[in-house]
Amino acid sequence: MDAATVRVRHAEHVMGTVVSFDVPVSARHDGSLDAAIRLLHWTDRVFSPYRADSDVSLLARAEVTVDGCAPEVAEVLTGCAFVRELSGGYFTAEPGGRLDPSGYVKGWVIERAAALLSHAGSADHLVNGGGDVQCAGGRGPGQPWRVGVADPLRPGHLALVVAARDCAVATSGTAERGAHIIDPHTGLPPAGLASITMVGPSLTLADAYATAAFAMGPARARAWTESLDGYEAFAITDSGDTWQTSAFAPHIAPA
Amino acid sequence: MRRAILAIIATAAGIVALLSFKTHSAERTVVPPTPTASLPPGERAIAGNVANTVYGPVQIQLVVDASKIVKVNILEQPSSTQEDMQIGQYALPRLIAETLTAQSARIDAVSGATYTSNGYIQSLQSALDNGA
Repeated sequence: MDAATVRVRHAEHVMGTVVSFDVPVSARHDGSLDAAIRLLHWTDRVFSPYRADSDVSLLARAEVTVDGCAPEVAEVLTGCAFVRELSGGYFTAEPGGRLDPSGYVKGWVIERAAALLSHAGSADHLVNGGGDVQCAGGRGPGQPWRVGVADPLRPGHLALVVAARDCAVATSGTAERGAHIIDPHTGLPPAGLASITMVGPSLTLADAYATAAFAMGPARARAWTESLDGYEAFAITDSGDTWQTSAFAPHIAPA
Repeated sequence: MRRAILAIIATAAGIVALLSFKTHSAERTVVPPTPTASLPPGERAIAGNVANTVYGPVQIQLVVDASKIVKVNILEQPSSTQEDMQIGQYALPRLIAETLTAQSARIDAVSGATYTSNGYIQSLQSALDNGA
């Protein structure tokens, strides 16, 4: 086995979850895996609403302005505003009325970590941030990555497998942490969807779109996700019914 | 394959260890291993080492067909308390089912609702990261 095919798996506990890396061994030797891990911890220190001294906590308490924060804070807030606008207010950086862009930050930083690996020369890698995946290349020559979509109604089972190449797969749902997503319009947890999965080029957007669509509930989410350019959706309802947007099918891997 | 076998045994021991740190009596259930002679042609049974957890000993047996795990049997597990019963009835079977699912679907990662650090321990992704 030559050096290009030797792979490393690493699981990093950070941001209240676990980020899993599947990278070529070169990423360990050239320092890019370590750099990606440092990026995750730096992001947690700057953006965590659970750390009293994070930029986001200081900003939430109006002890600093955006100009006094790391420049990435402004970038994230601009991104949140874009998705809020696009989703008709179903995505927000202030869930529960307090600044907390976590719903955007995780996808954003996983995408950045994957880009960092690409810039260091890795052609094939996959980064999974607690269930939200960004990948480059494939699992082997001519083979896409196989990303299982968890079945929220049957723990331990998969609903389907996505064939992923240079793309993101993000899922929002209640299976792991309960009803933590709130419909900003009602202040209540949305009803109707058990999970919704988005596939598209950017995990930043796929993750934020999945959160917004979940908050919408099934009927509105279906129409809205169908309208998105470059992103496709697969949803499982509370009753176990499934639906998908019109161009999702090509993403499904053969069994 | 060797990596997968070691990993599943290590992960199982890890789950049991995580569930509690209190000491207790050594009551346990021991199941006789599947004799190799009763297996279909091509399959063989491999018993893992006994993992001594804070709950008591846990031992797993894998039934392997060429390069694939086809079945996982729990040979020995603690059985004296309510928590022990939960481990036996919930955590170990779930871990085993997820490892087999991950392997049979030949997946590289799992997308799902965001798990917590603790939820990760019982996730399919954790089985994959451990070499399933």
